[in-house]
Amino acid sequence: MCVTCGCGDGETKIEGEAHVHTYTPVHEHGHGSLISGHAHSHAHDTRMVQVEQDILAKNNQYATANRRRFAEHGIFALNLVSSPGSGKTTLLTRTIERFKGKRHIAVIEGDQQTSLDADRIRATGAPAVQVNTGKGCHLDAHMVGHALEKLALPDDSLLLIENVGNLVCPAAFDLGEAHKVAILSVTEGEDKPLKYPDMFAAAGVMLLNKIDLLPYLDFNVPLCIEYARRVNPYISVILTSATTGEGMDEWLEWLDAGMKQAFAQKANEVETLKRRLAELETALAAKG
Amino acid sequence: MHEMSLADGVLRLIEDSAKANNFSRVKTVWLEIGELAGVEAEAMRFCFDAVMKGTLADGARLEIVTTEGKGRCFSCGKTVAIQLRYDPCPLCGGCPVEPTGGMEMRVKELEVE
Ligand SMILES: Nc1nc2c(ncn2[C@@H]2O[C@H](COP(=O)(O)OP(=O)(O)OP(=O)(O)O)[C@@H](O)[C@H]2O)c(=O)[nH]1
Ligand SMILES: [Mg+2]
Ligand SMILES: [Zn+2]
Repeated sequence: MCVTCGCGDGETKIEGEAHVHTYTPVHEHGHGSLISGHAHSHAHDTRMVQVEQDILAKNNQYATANRRRFAEHGIFALNLVSSPGSGKTTLLTRTIERFKGKRHIAVIEGDQQTSLDADRIRATGAPAVQVNTGKGCHLDAHMVGHALEKLALPDDSLLLIENVGNLVCPAAFDLGEAHKVAILSVTEGEDKPLKYPDMFAAAGVMLLNKIDLLPYLDFNVPLCIEYARRVNPYISVILTSATTGEGMDEWLEWLDAGMKQAFAQKANEVETLKRRLAELETALAAKG
Repeated sequence: MHEMSLADGVLRLIEDSAKANNFSRVKTVWLEIGELAGVEAEAMRFCFDAVMKGTLADGARLEIVTTEGKGRCFSCGKTVAIQLRYDPCPLCGGCPVEPTGGMEMRVKELEVE
């Protein structure tokens, strides 16, 4: 068990290292007890203790810390979720190539085993951290927090988090991202948004990938979009082919808009802080 | 879905509570699980027993309190009872119904010694 933050993720490995804290721990996340429950006595030795806590409370706490960190640094963070093999890593490498020299991009790769995907990202020149979840079927906010320590992202970066290929479990685990991006490849069938609704309900955008293969399949694109909107009326949809590059312009524009918003938000926050500081200084001067 | 991680989350809450409230054994755990939380009670029981092995809650009894799924219909605006997250509105047939209740997964209370 990790002594500095109490995590018991014995199986998680970040960049091949078992998850232990060897550096001087400067943990931002709170270690205070979550439980403020009061205890009342019962007969004999047993008593009842009120807990009233969300089971995902710990994860949500870490997610909030990550989100705060992203906001302070103008980082636009996305959580890419899909079934295995939908084309996430290919989309990431193509996105990095297209943004090369224009935007700072870093990647966190989540897989149960191997560093193959992080190696593919590094081959493009972008920094990447591989998280191996062992038996775990999803990334959680705590793993992402530790991966961030390894990445040392500059301000105003784009952070792309490739989750473990799984259309079910990652839906419930907030990582602190601005949006989940659900990637569905057309070879998987148009019914997936109905079969795995939680994932599509949680996503801000759906990338319908591998559209270069449409001529060989009887995949019904409008029906797939209708299914996705049935579980999530607000979802944006972009049709892409990571191999031919079709639809990549629209995807990059969507990313660019998100990044601009993240930068603007940070600038806003800095302005607010400056103003508050100035007010405090004036108040102090008046007192002195 | 992911009941193993959820059971692990339950254990962490129990351990925190043990520190705060000074107990070393847990006899019963009450969970509140909404109908729309996407949690399988049977899978949860199985994972609970497995995760609690060798901890302060080894052999603890698990009580699951189910809360009713509720949602607001986009078409007719009424609040209705739904058992499945993406079910159409039972009143007007419109869909989707936006879930407003029955999504909780909480540790309610513990019987400890
Ligand atoms: N035809 C076609 N093939 C694609 C496209 N995108 C990805 N692929 C292929 O699909 C396979 C899987 O791609 P990956 O990028 O590894 O998929 P992934 O989602 O990262 O896979 P996991 O990380 O294992 O879940 C590879 O053989 C890719 O070349 C596409 O747009 N069209
Ligand atoms: Mg991949
Ligand atoms: Zn209705």
